[in-house]
Amino acid sequence: MTTTTSATPAPSAPTNKLGFTKQDYVGSKSTLCAGCGHDSITAQIINAAFESSLEGYRVTKYSGIGCSSKTPAYFINQGWGFNSVHGRMPSIATGASLANRTLINIGVSGDGDSMSIGMGQFVHAVRRNIPMIYIIEDNGVYGLTKGQFSATADKGSHLKSGAVNDFPSIDPCTLAIELGCGFVARSFSGNPKQLNAILKAAFAYQGTVVLDVISPCVTFNNHDASTRSYKHVKDHDFPLHDLGFIQYSEVEEVDIPAGETEIVTFPDGSKVSIKAIHEGYEPTDRFGAMKAIHESMAKGEFLTGLLYINPTQPPLPEVLNLVDEPLATLGEDLLKPSPAELDKIMQALM
Amino acid sequence: MTAALAAPSPVGGAKTRINDFSIQVATVNGSGSQTANTVLLRAIFQMGVFVSGKNLFPSNIAGLPTWFTIRASAKGYVARKASNEMLILMNPETAKEDIAKADPGALVIYDEPLQLDKLRSDLAYTPVPFQKLVTASCPEPKLHKLVKNMIYVGVAARLLGIDMEEVKKAIAKQLKGKAKAIELNQTACVAGYDWAMENLEDQDHIKVVRDNKTQGLIIIDGNEACALGALFAGVTVVGWYPITPASSLVETFIEYAEEYRKDPKTGKSTVAIVQMEDELASAGVVLSAGWAGARSMTSTAGPGVSLMSEFIGLGYYVEAPGVFFNVARTGPSTGLPTRTQQSDVELCAKCSHGDTLHVNLYPGNMEECFQFAYDAFDLAERFQTPIFVVTDLDLGMQNWSSKPFAYPSKPYDRGKVLNQQQLAEVKDWGRYKDVDGDGIPYRTLPGTPGGKGAYLTRGSGHNAYAQYSEKPEDYLEVMDRLKRKYETAKSHVPGPVFRNQGSDKGVLAFGSSDPAVIEAQDILAEGGLKTDYLRLRALPFTAEVDAFVKEKKVVYVVEQNRDGQMANLFRETYPEHATKFKSVLHYDGHAIDAKSVVDQITAFEQK
Ligand SMILES: Cc1ncc(C[n+]2csc(CCOP(=O)(O)OP(=O)(O)O)c2C)c(N)n1
Ligand code: SF4
Ligand SMILES: [Mg+2]
Repeated sequence: MTTTTSATPAPSAPTNKLGFTKQDYVGSKSTLCAGCGHDSITAQIINAAFESSLEGYRVTKYSGIGCSSKTPAYFINQGWGFNSVHGRMPSIATGASLANRTLINIGVSGDGDSMSIGMGQFVHAVRRNIPMIYIIEDNGVYGLTKGQFSATADKGSHLKSGAVNDFPSIDPCTLAIELGCGFVARSFSGNPKQLNAILKAAFAYQGTVVLDVISPCVTFNNHDASTRSYKHVKDHDFPLHDLGFIQYSEVEEVDIPAGETEIVTFPDGSKVSIKAIHEGYEPTDRFGAMKAIHESMAKGEFLTGLLYINPTQPPLPEVLNLVDEPLATLGEDLLKPSPAELDKIMQALM
Repeated sequence: MTAALAAPSPVGGAKTRINDFSIQVATVNGSGSQTANTVLLRAIFQMGVFVSGKNLFPSNIAGLPTWFTIRASAKGYVARKASNEMLILMNPETAKEDIAKADPGALVIYDEPLQLDKLRSDLAYTPVPFQKLVTASCPEPKLHKLVKNMIYVGVAARLLGIDMEEVKKAIAKQLKGKAKAIELNQTACVAGYDWAMENLEDQDHIKVVRDNKTQGLIIIDGNEACALGALFAGVTVVGWYPITPASSLVETFIEYAEEYRKDPKTGKSTVAIVQMEDELASAGVVLSAGWAGARSMTSTAGPGVSLMSEFIGLGYYVEAPGVFFNVARTGPSTGLPTRTQQSDVELCAKCSHGDTLHVNLYPGNMEECFQFAYDAFDLAERFQTPIFVVTDLDLGMQNWSSKPFAYPSKPYDRGKVLNQQQLAEVKDWGRYKDVDGDGIPYRTLPGTPGGKGAYLTRGSGHNAYAQYSEKPEDYLEVMDRLKRKYETAKSHVPGPVFRNQGSDKGVLAFGSSDPAVIEAQDILAEGGLKTDYLRLRALPFTAEVDAFVKEKKVVYVVEQNRDGQMANLFRETYPEHATKFKSVLHYDGHAIDAKSVVDQITAFEQK
């Protein structure tokens, strides 16, 4: 597949700072079911990448297996992608992000891919703070294998077949906060504006972003007895705040409204403005955030927005004190010790 | 006290075995005996005598029996020898059993209170008052347990005729720079030596006599040799998970990387090493780092390879490079994790589901551990595929003497990678297109600017342009090309090494079996049976291997597993010669010895 995308806009199409049109951020045609929430997420990734003027060739996309994991083929064809094996997306992202620390890493996974078979890798990738946006397209079921329960399904919820889920659900967001993740958000595929703002902030963030997007599966989990149907989520979606994202290059120009708006500044100078809707929610307070999420879950609500933010933690390449240039392209001169050094090593073994 | 040394024993009066004997030391693990044993081994080595050591240790941190055998051989035979001329028995738990198994005439040094001398009359006993000696020589009671072992080194040195200066040097070498420990251990060792001088008669059963065979040689284990190979090969990403006997490969690498893999300008690291949560994640890191252009590796053993196998199939099918060291141990499952075996042959040859064939390298000595580790990174990038370097506990964790390693001056082969300029010139690039007819396509690396060359790697069906496809013809194109690629590898992997005596009977072995086979070949020849020996060094089988199989009337395939796994690969590859392959097996967890090989081949010949 040769991609010949270049910064040559169609006459009327708006361009971003790099001169690219939105068309330059699209991928191949989706083969998912019409109306699948996953496609709405793909659309917002394209929008946010375009608006954030990402360099497409630096974007690298990773996924496991599932309907959700197919979606890296549907956005940013300018970037490379690695659709790997079920539940192992995080390790793929880890290796590539270490091999080349200049990549912009987007991981797409499903609730099955991440919260069951891939739980171990999810947990450890978050712990290591690898530089990536980790999107869980969360529909409460295994779409690709035709609608079995996943571990995020709410206890007591029903499958189309009538089967009831007897087990408590796992919440990726509280888990991520517990693991020390510095950027935890939840959104809804039916709320493009919020998802867009979160994604743009996520692109500017250095470490692991955990973004759980409730994304209804129209084929297997969109019935009345489901807690992950469009209707149910719309009725129970509880946005925490109006989010704004201001890229570092625009910081000077943008007027940041005073008052109730809280500003979080990233190491690169970008800013997130958070105008609270939910009274008393403090996204920089780790324990407060946990408490609020648990309370809302108990009420059957989905709190959405930026649940927790702490942009100061160093990402893995920094923790490992890696050289600034990509390890992948370091030359033999820097990598191979000299004959004299081999001799010294041999002498010590004599 | 005077011991009954050199008293006529059943072998008394026989010719003195000069530089040709085995010593077995029985201790408790965690007691510091490893240091003492290595010192004894080193001291013999410094006397210029070929020597090899095998540590037979339990899967336990402290308190279980451990045996260490040291073999000196003027002829340079370094395989394990099943019979021992000297026993040093320090473990009360096993002493009686050790005595029962002893070879007639053996010299037995033991801790006096054990009172072993009444058990058998055909052994020569030397009781040593260890506690008394240790109390006198070491002021700190806390350290008595550790230092006690040094006393037997001193006693053995005196009986064997090892120069005490060499022993002292060996202690200093072993305890690198720790002045206090060096002094303490040297003092204890001298105490043992002096006591033996005063109280024991000399013996002429076995002796070390100064020679010049080891001058300029190094002592190293295979894991360190592989780590050095990887260091010089410029590995840049390491994902691993601890497992015996593979851990020390990465752990040694980490030590070397501290010194040799820092950018001199910034002090920053030129290698990323991450201890992952398991082997699945390690495999993911290796393959994705390789995919993104790094030189990547992991080190594991059989259970880890089993866990990695889904990923390795992916790596094969999507053509992602990576080096996988398998330091094999005794399986299945946990098996005998601290014992050696070559039982992952078939696992590594075809690791994963579906049709998969992997390039495997089998180093047979320390120089090859270094060189093949180095070459594996070239092969991984040249062939864009997972490469296995298969060693085992015997190679990986035992001490071997070796010539110092030659500098690997061959420049890195980074394989067929198109950069921005090349991509701009290429008209119709397809990730999986066979442009050169060798089955190897051209790849691109994520992050290459210029707007060309991006593609999506996927484990699902794909065509030559990396597009999703379920078409039978696309599937066949990829799978048949992968087979072609494997064929191409035949001219890139190391060919076999021959040791021919001019015979139509073949012996075939690989890896750590080499020393035992060499010795067995000599013994068989002395008895009138000449053989031609082929030491296999890689999969796929090269043209020289084809010729050998065709030419020989019979091929004895020597390997350290129950099922004759390598022989199976041969029968499968050469069905028309299937009846030629006879399995010579050794799989009890101990390293193979020459006698086992001789006995089995002799039995086949007498049929
Ligand atoms: C090792 C392995 N086991 C099972 C499967 C089958 N499988 C494919 S996708 C999937 C579940 C996907 O669920 P999820 O991640 O929630 O994705 P969705 O389709 O719902 O987006 C399973 C079990 C597989 N591909 N690999
Ligand atoms: S099965 Fe469900 S998750 Fe999969 S594509 Fe269809 S709607 Fe989406
Ligand atoms: Mg799902």
